[in-house]
Amino acid sequence: MSAPAVVVGASLAGLRAAEALRARGWEGELVMVGAEPHMPYTRPPLSKALLGGALEPAGVELECEGVDAEWRLGVTATGLDPERRRVALDDGDSLAYEMLVVATGCRPRPWPGEGADLEGLFTLRTVDDSLALRAALRPGARLAVIGAGFIGCEVASTARSLGVEVTLVDVLPRPMRALGPLVGEVCARMHAEHGVELRLVAPVAALLGDGAFSGLELADGARVEADLAVVALGAQPNVEWLEGSGLAVRAGLICDEHCIAAGASRIAAAGDVATWPHPLASGGLIRVEHWSNASEQAGVAAANLLAAEHERIAYDAVP
Amino acid sequence: MKVQVDMDLCQSHGECCFAAPEVFELDDDDVLQYDAEPDESLRPKVEQAVRNCPVTAIRLLD
Repeated sequence: MSAPAVVVGASLAGLRAAEALRARGWEGELVMVGAEPHMPYTRPPLSKALLGGALEPAGVELECEGVDAEWRLGVTATGLDPERRRVALDDGDSLAYEMLVVATGCRPRPWPGEGADLEGLFTLRTVDDSLALRAALRPGARLAVIGAGFIGCEVASTARSLGVEVTLVDVLPRPMRALGPLVGEVCARMHAEHGVELRLVAPVAALLGDGAFSGLELADGARVEADLAVVALGAQPNVEWLEGSGLAVRAGLICDEHCIAAGASRIAAAGDVATWPHPLASGGLIRVEHWSNASEQAGVAAANLLAAEHERIAYDAVP
Repeated sequence: MKVQVDMDLCQSHGECCFAAPEVFELDDDDVLQYDAEPDESLRPKVEQAVRNCPVTAIRLLD
């Protein structure tokens, strides 16, 4: 009997990969490895409806009933040996695989300076992160949000709607850089209209506090007093476990246009952790942190793992 | 086939409109409008729309 198909990463990309493996005829064992203790869930509401209390955790669960798999949850992959086809796990076990999907996603980029361990500092990526922050967002609390990208802006907006005093800080002149200056202006105005205090072109020089977070010192010397901070400085791919595997990693795991890891035909990658040459980037390597991309890329990556080499299809979707 | 969208959850991501344009549409104010009883022949597309909703707001009732 052949070894199982193993999917490392039990979030959206991992789930969609598992579904595709089954739909495309994989009848062997299927093992899902997930670092979080939870079954797959959808993350977009974590900064909005779940954070604001309109939704409870059951409301973000993804439908998994149709996937016949063994779920190894609360377990983190720590190493990969493509020669012996084994994944090492942090519980001491190791899994043989027939084929492997790498879908380990990203984690929040931590505060890079001193004070990263202050009490009252939050990041937002997981359902547990969202619930911990939600418990702290009491009306009248003062929240500093560092970084005005998607997560920072959504947290600022949700917190404001809960009656929290919010200061949103960014080094750039406008929020939402990814959407350009026009949308950035509109976004800045909407935040201001809703009572969010914006501090733009305002690098943070230091986090203040002794044990517990008490505010920010900005580069111009101004201070923002606050009880809580959300560090929203983007995300970084979870690739450390691939060190020593011989696979090429540059930001994410480097794949070919079929989402197959370069030089390893039994390994595919999908979602936030996958780096691949996109036709619309003139074949340049890109990595996309986007819900729809995780979902669609996983289906193609898994199908290509099962397909004969000449039948593999290039992944060229645009989220 | 009966479809229900929880409009308290809907954030107008628009993924359903790509998956099943015959059933889902964003109006001029970006509010989702949809056919609650689409033709049975559209079931595969609607199922795709359910799967593609980032906030799991769409339910197939039968």
